[in-house]
Amino acid sequence: MASSAATVTPARPRGRASLLQRAFSGDALARALTFLAAATLIVITALLVYELWLGSGESRAKFGFHFLASSTWNPVTEDFGALPFIFGTVVTSALALLIAVPFGVGAAIFLAELAPPKLSDGMTFLIELLAAVPSVIFGLIGIFVLVPALLVIVPPIKDAFGDNPPFFLSGPFYGVSILAAGVVLSIMIAPFIISVSREVLLAVPRDLREAALALGATRWETTWQVVVPYARRGIMGSVFLALARSLGETMAVTMVVGNNPHIVRSLLASGYSIAAIIANEFAEASGVHKSALIELGLVLFALTIVLNGAARLLILATAQKGASR
Amino acid sequence: MMNRFTTALVTLVGLAGAASAQTLINGAGATFPEPMYSKWFSDFKKLHNNIQINYTANGSGAGITAVTAGTVDFAGSDAILTDAQLKAFKDKQGFGVLCFPTVMGAVVLTYNVAGVSGDLKLTPDAVAGIYLGKITKWNDPALGKANPGVTLPGKDIVVVHRSDSSGTSFIFTDYLAKVSADWRAKVSPTGAAAVQWPTGLGGSKNEGVAGLVKQQANSIGYVELSFAIQNKMNYATIQNSAGAFVKPSLESVTAAAAASAKTIPDDFRVSITNPPGKDSYPISSFTWLLIPEQIKDASKKTALTDFLTWMLKDGQALAAPLTYAPLPKAVVDKEVKAIAKIK
Repeated sequence: MASSAATVTPARPRGRASLLQRAFSGDALARALTFLAAATLIVITALLVYELWLGSGESRAKFGFHFLASSTWNPVTEDFGALPFIFGTVVTSALALLIAVPFGVGAAIFLAELAPPKLSDGMTFLIELLAAVPSVIFGLIGIFVLVPALLVIVPPIKDAFGDNPPFFLSGPFYGVSILAAGVVLSIMIAPFIISVSREVLLAVPRDLREAALALGATRWETTWQVVVPYARRGIMGSVFLALARSLGETMAVTMVVGNNPHIVRSLLASGYSIAAIIANEFAEASGVHKSALIELGLVLFALTIVLNGAARLLILATAQKGASR
Repeated sequence: MMNRFTTALVTLVGLAGAASAQTLINGAGATFPEPMYSKWFSDFKKLHNNIQINYTANGSGAGITAVTAGTVDFAGSDAILTDAQLKAFKDKQGFGVLCFPTVMGAVVLTYNVAGVSGDLKLTPDAVAGIYLGKITKWNDPALGKANPGVTLPGKDIVVVHRSDSSGTSFIFTDYLAKVSADWRAKVSPTGAAAVQWPTGLGGSKNEGVAGLVKQQANSIGYVELSFAIQNKMNYATIQNSAGAFVKPSLESVTAAAAASAKTIPDDFRVSITNPPGKDSYPISSFTWLLIPEQIKDASKKTALTDFLTWMLKDGQALAAPLTYAPLPKAVVDKEVKAIAKIK
């Protein structure tokens, strides 16, 4: 269109036409649009932090850094602390990763490397479907299926340890617990790990596999020693995505975690998470209570950044080790 | 062609004109009475085709905030409008806001105890003791004394409460604060939508509490009466201030308001938990519509006053089928007089 305009009006000054032409030519336009898209995200994130900072002003002024260390949460006396919620969020997410990463990566390896393509495509479709299920459904499955199942499974395991079970299995068990939340979360995040990891594994160049096989490696050795290390960064990326999802998950967690703001070392005890308390109490909160809930949002934001940063450092460290080997 | 176009245009303009003659009223607030309000607003629209009342059930607190800010025409609330909230409204709008009780609800204690099939009887001390974590076993003498002939197991009581801020928790804690000095001192001096629970597990909404009680052997939890009736749950009989054990029912809830009628102030901002009267169920409450004292738009004002009049006269009969307790006559009469306060 720009070129046809140039041929129709040849009388136009040359420099101007070319400037226009340049401005609307593919490269510059694409650059501007994609920059705008990226910048918008940054601006939205910045505004989000700004709003959280602004909204939490009352609470920050009243509690200061004590907010992070206190385990009281009392809407009546308006005394608030974030520690039990940080604890619950971190422990449930860690548990979820502990369960979902081996399962997810294992499933991805099977689907990408070992399964016949037809089976792999069919199963991947189903797994991606799982990622689209609303979290409230997972919460309901948690309440009506998982919790009753845990109530049957866990007590015998606990009894096997006799009178002195390890600290993470101590205390009474009512089903709704940190453990239940971790398991529900792991089911929710596994599809992300499987789906992304599979794509990454499939993208590993064929030459590498063939080279390894040519050197006499078995299929499993090729997969485990060549393909997986090559795809490690991508697999880690899928784990980040899963971690972010589990840290922020609200509905499914609040339905099975027991919603009890205390810190107990046992996985069988009830707990609470940051996202869950915000969802539970925000609608009816006002004043300092509301401000404290907004500050919890800020804490969750910071927690996500810190954990993601830590995970990135971990990768960097392992990547260097891998390179030097 | 042109002619047809003109006709279409005229029709469109005519339709737009008819639509603008419609009075549109928006409200927001409490979720508990939402099914009742939906029924009322749709029935009212059948009688007054030009009045459309919309209601968003986003929580009592959100409703009060919205009506104070002037973004909705009225609010619904399960919790009593506090003096601070009333003052905030006056500061913002320059006039007050009126509270009109619409229907009544109650909080019931639902339980799952092996071997207890009939009525479980609870005294106020027992309810407070369980929720304070002082009564921890089902065979505690405080429970046994009220339930002669019933064998209560020597098991730990699994206490369940609401984890989300709610009007249900407000009514329940309001009751506990009235009957227990310990509760006032340790947990909350008045009713509160969210408190620091001394004991127990938190379930999200009525469904969450009901689910936990159903799953946990030897548990007890509290839910709304209408929820318990609709889901055919078993619930405890509670001893009222006259010493009688009363089964929660729509009738005993209405009786609680009737027995309190004499002491209800003109602005209806009153808690009727732990009321007098031997037929009263003690954990009962109103739910309110909050309507600004001054409504500038004359058609909105007429529509709202017409609605209130209709709701108090004919609307009350629609309450019981939806498992809400209707208002007693004494309260209705008092409210009809209060409608004139809307200017």
